Amino acid sequence: MTEPTTRADAVLTVDHLTMRFGGLTAVGDLSFQAHRGDITALIGPNGAGKTTVFNCITGFYKPTEGMLTLAHADGSKHLLERLPNHAVNRISRVARTFQNIRLFQGMTVLENLLVAQHAPLMRASGMTVLGLLGLPVYRRAEAAAIERAKEWLVRIGLIERADDPAGDLPYGAQRRLEIARAMCTEPVLLCLDEPAAGLNPRESGELNALLRHIRDAHDTSVLLIEHDMSVVMEISDHVVVLDYGVKIADGTPGEVRADPRVIAAYLGVEDEEVEAVEAEVGLTVTHLEVEA
Amino acid sequence: MAAATRGADGLTGILKDAAIYALGAFALCVPVVSFRTDAGATGGLELTPRWVLVAGLCAAIFLARLAQRLVLMRRDARRALRPSRSQATEAVSGTPNAGQRVSMLALWLFIGVALTLPVVAALASGSLGEGRYWIDLGILILTYVMLGWGLNIVVGLAGLLDLGYVAFYAVGAYSYALLSTTFGLSFWICLPLAGLFAALWGMLLGFPVLRLRGDYLAIVTLAFGEIIRLVLINWVDVTGGGAGISSIPRATFFGIPFTAGEDGFAARFGLTFDSMHRVVFLYYLILALALITNVVTLRLRRLPIGRAWEALREDEIACRSLGINTTTTKLTAFALGAAFGGFAGSFFAVRQGFISPESFNFLESAIILAIVVLGGMGSQVGVAIAAVAMVGGPEMLRNLGFLKSIFGQGFDPNEYRLLLFGLAMVAMMVWRPRGLISERTPSVALGERRAISGAHVSEGHG
Amino acid sequence: MDVFVQQLINGLTLGSIYGLIAIGYTMVFGIIGMVNFAHGDVFMVSSFIALIGFLILTAWLGVSSIALAFLIVLVVSMVLTALWGWAIERVAYRPLRGSFRLAPLISAIGVSIFLSNFVQVTQGARNKPLPPMLSGGITLFETDGFQVFLSYKQCLIMAVTAVLLTGFWYLVQRTPFGRAQRACEQDRKMAALLGIDVDRTISLTFVLGAALAAVAGVLYLMYYGVVSFSDGFVPGVKAFTAAVLGGIGSLPGAVLGGLIIGLIETFWSAYFSIEYKDVAAFSILAVVLIFMPSGILGRAEVEKV
Repeated sequence: MTEPTTRADAVLTVDHLTMRFGGLTAVGDLSFQAHRGDITALIGPNGAGKTTVFNCITGFYKPTEGMLTLAHADGSKHLLERLPNHAVNRISRVARTFQNIRLFQGMTVLENLLVAQHAPLMRASGMTVLGLLGLPVYRRAEAAAIERAKEWLVRIGLIERADDPAGDLPYGAQRRLEIARAMCTEPVLLCLDEPAAGLNPRESGELNALLRHIRDAHDTSVLLIEHDMSVVMEISDHVVVLDYGVKIADGTPGEVRADPRVIAAYLGVEDEEVEAVEAEVGLTVTHLEVEA
Repeated sequence: MAAATRGADGLTGILKDAAIYALGAFALCVPVVSFRTDAGATGGLELTPRWVLVAGLCAAIFLARLAQRLVLMRRDARRALRPSRSQATEAVSGTPNAGQRVSMLALWLFIGVALTLPVVAALASGSLGEGRYWIDLGILILTYVMLGWGLNIVVGLAGLLDLGYVAFYAVGAYSYALLSTTFGLSFWICLPLAGLFAALWGMLLGFPVLRLRGDYLAIVTLAFGEIIRLVLINWVDVTGGGAGISSIPRATFFGIPFTAGEDGFAARFGLTFDSMHRVVFLYYLILALALITNVVTLRLRRLPIGRAWEALREDEIACRSLGINTTTTKLTAFALGAAFGGFAGSFFAVRQGFISPESFNFLESAIILAIVVLGGMGSQVGVAIAAVAMVGGPEMLRNLGFLKSIFGQGFDPNEYRLLLFGLAMVAMMVWRPRGLISERTPSVALGERRAISGAHVSEGHG
Repeated sequence: MDVFVQQLINGLTLGSIYGLIAIGYTMVFGIIGMVNFAHGDVFMVSSFIALIGFLILTAWLGVSSIALAFLIVLVVSMVLTALWGWAIERVAYRPLRGSFRLAPLISAIGVSIFLSNFVQVTQGARNKPLPPMLSGGITLFETDGFQVFLSYKQCLIMAVTAVLLTGFWYLVQRTPFGRAQRACEQDRKMAALLGIDVDRTISLTFVLGAALAAVAGVLYLMYYGVVSFSDGFVPGVKAFTAAVLGGIGSLPGAVLGGLIIGLIETFWSAYFSIEYKDVAAFSILAVVLIFMPSGILGRAEVEKV
């Protein structure tokens, strides 16, 4: 796929990230880059520390050590580990979704997308004062926000359900809505925590299309955690593999797929069983024998 | 277990169950009810046995439980014939909610009744003076409606549990009392100042505590409420201590006093003097204040800040991931709720002409919170209905004088006001844990606004 | 020094009472995550039960042995108060289990209002004095005419607290009920799946909490010799402060917190101002919750994302 790009083109640079909880080192000295315009996948077995990395990037955890740099297209740089939680989204424009979907369940689908446009709407409402007076400035801004929300609803196929409570949607639709909601904050980097978890194959296909659309039609790079290998291999441009909080591989999907350490770590098997396993993930036998 | 056996065990089972309840009541009544302690002739306590009262109570419990079980049995029998309607998804999507229309209608009905109450009271009782009881009751209820609507911003919309709301009510009342008695400022200058001070206090208290969650926040706000009350009691030089502040200037009609003299309201407007003018004016003043609270709240709900409050109630972590500064968002809710409490407080001071710390005890906070929760968190109409029920209901006890003929002359139904109030709080929570109106109206819709079932709406964690 | 030791004794006595009440708060919070607002009033009811019990025994039945009277009153008060605790849980909290989070809190406030007014209506609003029962004590030492005095009452309070807490500790740590109780604290659903009768365990928790509050109520009545219907609220809030200070959910923490609150209150009254002693207690509550929400012995809570 894409050639490894230079450092200047990185949207996110993770430098020597370490996160400890008490005595447990969840992430140890992790460094990688996510490139602008790419879909970067962060994979690894359960408990490998992927979500911890996400929580550090999106400001929910303060890393014990390390530096997280986000570069905007205009060249401005943001040190994510120094920003307060909400500023990671508002100022450095990193948006995220959650492993266990966090929609505003009691609010409608449309309202969910309007909450995501909080900052611009707040400005338009003159920090509430102008909005309280009902000035047209705010009404225009709200209409524009609704338009943007409608575009996303059409895109994710939920326009018919705009006025239904988010908690009433089927699971797959909730996942798509959460992504659309994150996109309504106009992020530079979109972090998706297992977006395909619990989706059926059809929904999974729709998700892939949505992610490609995000990558291609918006100035948004994507970083995703995923267990579903079909999603990872099909849509990602770059894969980083974690195990026990340490990076064990980094490269294109093809390279990573071929790495026996990845297979062993990811599937937790002995060397002798690798042969059986590689057949499962679609590797040729010859490829592995070269490595061995 | 109960549900499975309820239908089967028949009348004997129900009788047995009621008997067990009566027996339990008997054990609970021993000895708190069965012996009354009174100061005797020598100064020590003497005991008076009251077994008849215990028997009466147990019989009442027996009959109440019996009636409850019989009603439940019939309801279950009816339910068994029809499919269950308790699924969460049932009430959610689909046709526009009729209840929503009813509640809109109820709001207008409430406003209509409120607007015409003094006239109706005067006509029904013969004169304004005769109708005073009803107008005073109206003022009392509207004060609580306003407080409820103010607290609703904090608890209902933002999902922040505030058990010390009465502190801001007190700040407002003392602001007006002190500013008017020491500096001679008029009510109309003090009113906004009182709101401002209360809001400032709200921010001051809110800032450190708003990262706490759930019951912890409730307890800290309770502590702050008590601290403010205790300071009011003990800081005698400024607040007058437990004796409070009296002879607070009365309300004027925008500068024109309600007096019988030349400059008085009646003389200026060519009316014959009637002390009721002031009461009616106060009535419309609190009505206006309450309606302003309502309109502001309804507008805020449709603004980004209001949506952010509700989003905060639904999921704080998601809010942060969307770039919402949860601290300032919480603070605005807290400060705004406090400001409305402050307005209501200065109204209270101008109406009473006298305030003391005892008017601002924890019970008041509990009553206001109960009004909000019983009304259905976030529902403006629900809060109004709950305020009428919680404040007006106990007031009706005064009219139960006929009970004296049953229980003897010493019986004063008013003594039982708070007792019944406490019981009613429990009963209503058991009956409708989510309040009278638990549905939520969306703040914006592409098509028709449809109510969202309470089953989806979160109650907040903070 | 002598004033200090005297205040230390007074503070520990008061702290024992707070600690006993605090256990009820901490256990209930631990198992169902609610602040049992009515607990302070349950304590007050138990004081009234004890008061009437003492009067019946001494005035009517002519029991002259104070030790016997005390024992009977303690047991009766514990049993009857435990029944109150059970009944309150059954009527006001159990129907609300698993529902809206605010509902049990409002219900608890309702119970609290009900209990204090129930006692007011049935017993009248006046303070109820009890003739002093156990006077005298030991003068520990004397300097400059100031006696450091340890009264028999204080000895009794500390001794009873120590004995009952040991028994209680055994109950929670070493018996099947204790195991079930701790399991329910961890995960109620899982405990139910493993065959623990969760409802019964929760009921028993309320019963135990109320029984310990009754001990506190009896001791409080003996110590101060007077009780009124409104005496539940402030000790209740202070005991809750103690529970929070010690780390809510932790039993040793509740006792430790109780002792600390008792000490702070007595020292504050002795050295600063007695008027502001309640302000001090409430301020501590606020400060602890803000800066140390997991308390001294509690477990820190990590925000789950």
